[in-house]
Amino acid sequence: MAEERRFLSASGVPIALRRRQHSASCRELAVRGPRLQLRSLSAATSAVWLAAYGLFALCENSLVLSAAIFITLIGLIIYLHFVKIDQESLLVIGSLGIQVTSAYASGKESTTFIEMGQVKDVVINEAIHMQKVIYYLCILLQDPEDPQGVSEVVPLFQSSKPRLDCLIEVYKSCQEILEQRKTAPQSSEIK
Amino acid sequence: MVLKVFFPSCCSSADSGILIGRWISEQNSAVILAVVHFPFIPVQVKQYLGEVQRVTKVSVSVLGSWSNSKQEKEESLSEFLEDLGTIFCHEPWIQISKEGDSKFWSCSVLQKHSKNPQEEEIILVYYDQRKVMLSHLHPPLDTAGPGAEDASKLSAIFDTVARSQVLFMTDRYDEGPIKLTHWQSDGVEASIIVELLKQASVPACMLLTLLLSLLSGISCSAWKWNSWVLKFWPLSFLWSKLSTCEQLGHRLQHLQVISSNKKAQNQNQLMRKANIFVSLLIDVALGILLMSWLYRKNRIGHLADTLIPVADHVAEELQDLLQWLMGAPAGLKMNRALDQVLGRFFLYHIHLWISYIHLLSPFIEMILWYVGLSACLGLTVALCILSDIIALLTFHIYCFYVYGARLYCLKIYGLSSLWRLFRGKKWNVLRQRVDSCSYDLDQLFIGTLLFTILLFLLPTTALYYLVFTLLRLLVVIVQGLIHLLVDLIDSLPLYSLILRLCRSYRLAAGVKFRVLEQQDGKPLRLLMQINPLSYGGVVQTYRLPTYSCYPRDSWASLCKKLFLGELIYPWKHKGDKQN
Repeated sequence: MAEERRFLSASGVPIALRRRQHSASCRELAVRGPRLQLRSLSAATSAVWLAAYGLFALCENSLVLSAAIFITLIGLIIYLHFVKIDQESLLVIGSLGIQVTSAYASGKESTTFIEMGQVKDVVINEAIHMQKVIYYLCILLQDPEDPQGVSEVVPLFQSSKPRLDCLIEVYKSCQEILEQRKTAPQSSEIK
Repeated sequence: MVLKVFFPSCCSSADSGILIGRWISEQNSAVILAVVHFPFIPVQVKQYLGEVQRVTKVSVSVLGSWSNSKQEKEESLSEFLEDLGTIFCHEPWIQISKEGDSKFWSCSVLQKHSKNPQEEEIILVYYDQRKVMLSHLHPPLDTAGPGAEDASKLSAIFDTVARSQVLFMTDRYDEGPIKLTHWQSDGVEASIIVELLKQASVPACMLLTLLLSLLSGISCSAWKWNSWVLKFWPLSFLWSKLSTCEQLGHRLQHLQVISSNKKAQNQNQLMRKANIFVSLLIDVALGILLMSWLYRKNRIGHLADTLIPVADHVAEELQDLLQWLMGAPAGLKMNRALDQVLGRFFLYHIHLWISYIHLLSPFIEMILWYVGLSACLGLTVALCILSDIIALLTFHIYCFYVYGARLYCLKIYGLSSLWRLFRGKKWNVLRQRVDSCSYDLDQLFIGTLLFTILLFLLPTTALYYLVFTLLRLLVVIVQGLIHLLVDLIDSLPLYSLILRLCRSYRLAAGVKFRVLEQQDGKPLRLLMQINPLSYGGVVQTYRLPTYSCYPRDSWASLCKKLFLGELIYPWKHKGDKQN
C-alpha cells in the first residue's frame, strides 16, 4: 500500500513523501523534489547566450558563439547527471539492512546498502547549514570495537532537506522496523 | 525471527527436486546453490555432498525441497517432499513451491524441534549466481580490520558461492547418479572466438613465460652489472641525479614482478600483476608511436638543429637580464661596485657555457638520434629523457641559483650574528640559545662597521638572489609537471579501470536490493544486484606504488627556506636519506 503526502523543504520548496509498506518488515520511504523547471533552464541559457553575443560584438570572433553553445550543452549534461537529484529514497528491510538511493534527473541512481549489524540507530539531529539551523535524519553506524561508540554518521535526504514534520514521519516508520530486531530473539548477539 | 532464503535466479525454471546449499545459522539465512532432480538415491546424495564439503570446505547440505508443478498442485508430491524432510533431517526444512507460470511462490518452513511455534516471516532474495561467483567484494577501507569479518554478513554469502565452484562442474545432462541444476545448466553463452582464444592461450602463455624469463634473466644480469658499476662514485652520483635511470630501474622492477613464476595468491596480487602488465604494454605502445612520429620526415634531425639556437637564445636572454640588473633595474639604485662584480662574474660564466655548447654542437645530432631510440622502451622513459635534457640545458641557471643563494645565505647569517652583536647579545652554541655578552669596544666598533656594510649591500645581493630563484623555480615547475605526468602513467591501474568499465560486477563495493512485485500472504520478494565500485574507489584501491612522494616541504617551511637562502630541492625520491 502506498500513500503520498506533501511537505515543505528547509528552503521552502514543495516536496512529496511517499510511503510504501511491502511487508511487515520492509518499508520504502521516498522523498521527491521538484523537477527541473523550463523557466530556470531558459533563463540560464538566454543569459549565457546574451553574454556570448556581447563578447562576439566586441571581438568579432565566431568561435565565441560555438564555445557558448558547447558550454551550455556540456553544462546541462553535467547538471542533470551529477547535480540535480530528483528523488531520494530509503528502503528499510528488517534483519537485512537499510538501503539509501539517490536518483538523478538523468536517470542515474547511486545506491548504498548498510547491513543491519552495522546500524546502531536512526536519529534526528540538528546542524548549522549556512545561516540556518536545520534538522536532518541520520543513521548512526556501530563501532566494531566499542559497543557504545558510534563510528560514522550517515546523513539522509541531504539534497531535499525536508522539515521536521516530514522527518518525524520517516523517523516513526524506521523505528517501528528497527524495534522488531530488538524484540526478536537474537542468536547472533551472543558472543 | 525472519528467515532469509537466497535463491539463484537460474533455478527458477528447474524441475522439481531437493535444494542443496549452505545454512548460516547465525544470520538465519539459507544460501541455495543448486537443485538435485529426481530420481536420486539419498545415500549417494549424502556421499556426494560429503565429497564436496571435503574439497571446498563449505558446509553444503540438503536444505529443503523445490516443487515446480506445471499443472495444479499435486497432493501426493507435496507429501512425498515432506517425507524427504525426515530422510535428510535438516533443521529447518524449507519447502518452496511454484505453480504454473506464477511469479509468486509459496514458501513454508518445517521446524520439528522448535521451541516457539510462531510463524516466521520469510524473505526470498533472488541473486545472479554467475555474477556473485565471479565478483570480489571490496570492504570499505576504514572497516577492513579483524572485526569486519563478523560484521559483514554479505561477504559470507559471496564467499559461499565463490568457493563452491566444484559443485558447478556436474550438470543434469551428465551421466552420473546426481543431476544438478545451477547457472551452468542454462548453457553458458560463449563465442567461438573466445573458445579458440582460450585454446590458443596455453601455448601463447608458455611462449610469453619463456620470453619473459629470458628478459628477466637479462635484466637481472644488467641489474647486477649496474650495482657493480654504481660502486664507483661519479657514476652513482650521476645515476641518482638522472631521473631516466630511476624510471628504468622502476620499470625493471615491474618486469621482475610480472615474470616471476609464482602464481598470484589472492585477488590483490593478481590485479596488481595485470595492472603492471597492461601499464607496461600501453607505455611501450605509446613510446613506439612517439618514436615512429619522431623519426618520420627526420623530425629528430630538425629538433637537434633547433637545439643549439634555442640554447644560444636562452643565453642571450640571460645576458640581457644581467645587463639590466647591472644598470638600474626597476628604478632601484644598486651599489655600483658590487653590482659590476656580480654581473661580470655571471656574464663570464655564461660565456663559458656558450663555448661548451658550441664545442658540443657537431655531436648533438648523433647523440640525440641514438637517445631518441630509447623512446621505444616506453613513453615514460621518453618523458624522463626530456626532463633530463631540460635539466642539462638549464644547468647554468641552476649554478647561478646556487651562487646567488649561497651569497645571500652567508649575508643573512652574517647580518643576524652582527645584529646580535649590535644589541649586545651572543649565540651560545653550547646551550643553543641567545645570551647577553659584554664586548670590547674595538669588537663593537668593527662589528657595527661590518653590520652597516652588509646591510647596505643587502638589496643588491637580494635582487640577484630573487631573480635567479625565480628562474630556477620556473625550471623546477616545468620538470615537476613532466614528472607528474610520468607518475600518472606509472601508477594508473588501467586493467582495473577497463574491468570496471566492461565487467563491472567483478569489482563490487556492495549490493543493492530491488523490491519485486508482492502479493499478500506470499513471502517478500527481493532482487539482489551487485553495486559496482566507483571509478575513484577503483583507482584508490588498485593504485600502483611509485618511487617518488611529494611534496617534500610544506608551504611554510618552503617560504622559510627561501627567505633564509637555503637551497631547496622540491622533489624528493623515496630512496633519498632524510636530512
